[in-house]
Amino acid sequence: MEITSTLFTAKAIYVGIIFAITLGVAAYSTYFERIIAAFMQDRVGPDRAGPFGILQPLADAVKMFMKEDFIPANSNKWLFIAGPCLSMLTALMTSAVVPFGDQLDLGDGIILDLQGIDVNIGILWVFGIVSLGVYGVLIGGWASNNKYSLIGAIRAASQNISYELAMGLSIIAILMLSGSLSTKSIVETQQNGHWNILYQPLGFVIFLVCAFAECNRTPFDLPECETELIGGYHTEYSSMKLGFYLFSEYINMFISGAVMATLYFGGYDYLFNDYVAQISWLGEYAYNVSALLGLVVLIVKALIFVFIFMWVRWTLPRFRYDQLMGLGWTGLIPLAMFNVVLTGASMLFTVNDGGSNWMTVGASWAGVIIMLVVTFAYSEMKYKKKKLATA
Amino acid sequence: MNFWYFLTALTLLSASMVILSKNPIHSVLYLVFTFFCISGHYVLLNAQFLMAVNIVVYAGAIMVLFLFVIMMMDLSKNSPDSKSTLTKLAGAILGGTLLVILIAASRKVDLKDVKPIDAQTGMVEGLGQILYRDYVLPFELVSILFFVAMVGAVMLGKREAGERNF
Amino acid sequence: MKLSNKSKVLEQEEMTFAERIYLPAIVGGMATTLKHFFSKKVTIRYPEQKRYLGPVFRGHHILKRDEEGAERCTACGLCAVACPAEAISMVAEERKKGEENLYREEKYASVYEINMLRCIFCGLCEEACPKQAIYLQHDKMVPVFEDRSEVIFGKDKLVEKMDNRYLREGWK
Repeated sequence: MEITSTLFTAKAIYVGIIFAITLGVAAYSTYFERIIAAFMQDRVGPDRAGPFGILQPLADAVKMFMKEDFIPANSNKWLFIAGPCLSMLTALMTSAVVPFGDQLDLGDGIILDLQGIDVNIGILWVFGIVSLGVYGVLIGGWASNNKYSLIGAIRAASQNISYELAMGLSIIAILMLSGSLSTKSIVETQQNGHWNILYQPLGFVIFLVCAFAECNRTPFDLPECETELIGGYHTEYSSMKLGFYLFSEYINMFISGAVMATLYFGGYDYLFNDYVAQISWLGEYAYNVSALLGLVVLIVKALIFVFIFMWVRWTLPRFRYDQLMGLGWTGLIPLAMFNVVLTGASMLFTVNDGGSNWMTVGASWAGVIIMLVVTFAYSEMKYKKKKLATA
Repeated sequence: MNFWYFLTALTLLSASMVILSKNPIHSVLYLVFTFFCISGHYVLLNAQFLMAVNIVVYAGAIMVLFLFVIMMMDLSKNSPDSKSTLTKLAGAILGGTLLVILIAASRKVDLKDVKPIDAQTGMVEGLGQILYRDYVLPFELVSILFFVAMVGAVMLGKREAGERNF
Repeated sequence: MKLSNKSKVLEQEEMTFAERIYLPAIVGGMATTLKHFFSKKVTIRYPEQKRYLGPVFRGHHILKRDEEGAERCTACGLCAVACPAEAISMVAEERKKGEENLYREEKYASVYEINMLRCIFCGLCEEACPKQAIYLQHDKMVPVFEDRSEVIFGKDKLVEKMDNRYLREGWK
């Protein structure tokens, strides 16, 4: 009983810390989004609120709260409020199954997993919650009683549903490699540098593109495009309700970065973690230090992904809607299926030969390269034929 | 056990709200909530995989498509009295028959045959073993059914030559 | 119909494989933005850091005094006529005995106002002035208004101060 209650307290503290980190990162993402945008356009960005403008998120929050909280007359009031709440809720729930670190030894035989809940369906949990994120957008857009909001909501929902398919298919290859749905064991199979990115180059690209689409980030930010939909599903929203929608996007970005790091970049694995865990002068704390370092490493990996999200946003224009759907259904889904077949083939090849992991790596990269070359040759052939025909 | 009662009451309440609420959008949202309650029941039965699949497939995908259709059609103009007596009668008979079947089926259940729950019950591995060993044929048949439905949907959605292109 | 033979017919070629999978172009674009990420920023942080204005800049108006310190303006109104934005207005008055050291001409402007919200800083008043009385300073900008009552500049803000005289290059 004693141990259980201590463990409960420790877990509660851990969950609180992760929650705070997530919200803090999301708040400062708004600041860094503007700074990165400015730097890429040869400007300096916000630098007035505090030194280097680091109080900007605070100022933005104050501004958001001071705005009039407007609810349209003919809207469905409760659903109008429920929309942003749902978006925020689903964004925050995803991080429960992401293993932010290994275990901490708190003494007295109490071992704290640095993970919210270690369920054996971990990655499916992520999927379930992500698929529920659509409701926040859809309900908010419909409850606004505005046709632009509704169109934006429907576009957002259909985009999310379309890209969820390719995302799921790209994950199946990972599940084949690790043999488990649990995020913890997916990370554990990647320890010591056997990161899944080496085995799954194609799968990672597919997952990355789908993650962009799921977070409604450029080049897939059609749901909120101002030029066509005057703001999309949050046209009628103002004050902190709008803030919740925008905030949940940043939370989603951070969490999807963490998920990508977990699935493809070894999670909390870093070079020398075995070495750190055995440093003699740290004594009994060596293992804990190694685990905490792992936590930091995972967050850094997630932040690198957040940077890539922003980098892409300030580089690329958005897709046209038919291009978006075409890419999702005719591009990514067949590619993901090919990736599943390729992974299966390379696994079979290594198992039969009794070869090493590096042979799987070789096989998967060779498969991708062969696919590229074949498609390239085929398309060149068609291109030349067409040119001959027109000439 | 207390939680089970609470969850069951919530399930029944939201399920009855599905048919009682006037606004079709509200009905759909109550239905989504009902699915969540049912997922909660799956968790109580230690069937986490089924819970996740229930949420991903039903709450996450199918109900979103339902919402799509209802939002696009604007059903608020359809007043309830547009349904004829015949429709109401048919609905009552169908529902009653389903209720009778359910009651009859539940009376025949023999609780002595149920295997005791162990740690592996409801896990993905056990489910996979049963699906792909004991019930392979029904499973594959169902997948063929799905395939046929998908082909049908594609055929319906396909634009024919000369059809108006809007 | 072709009016001239200068127009070019654009032939859109079918995209090649590398163009169709987008990725090479995306990587190229991202390299460009990353290059700019580390490049020198062009922003001038205004209140702390000021841009060089140049010798022909047209800034804050000034009503010049002559060498003895008498106001040059004779309230002829040519500047008000020349002003395309109708920003200038004035009230003329006759010089009394004993005021010769204050006003150079026999008639002077007792009120001279410029509405700085209307002024477009074109410099036509400077060109119209027969007495070389009004100039637009090349080194001083009109300060930021914080209140609507501040936008009309009277003689207190416009007339040259004796201890801070305005000089242009090439006047001497």
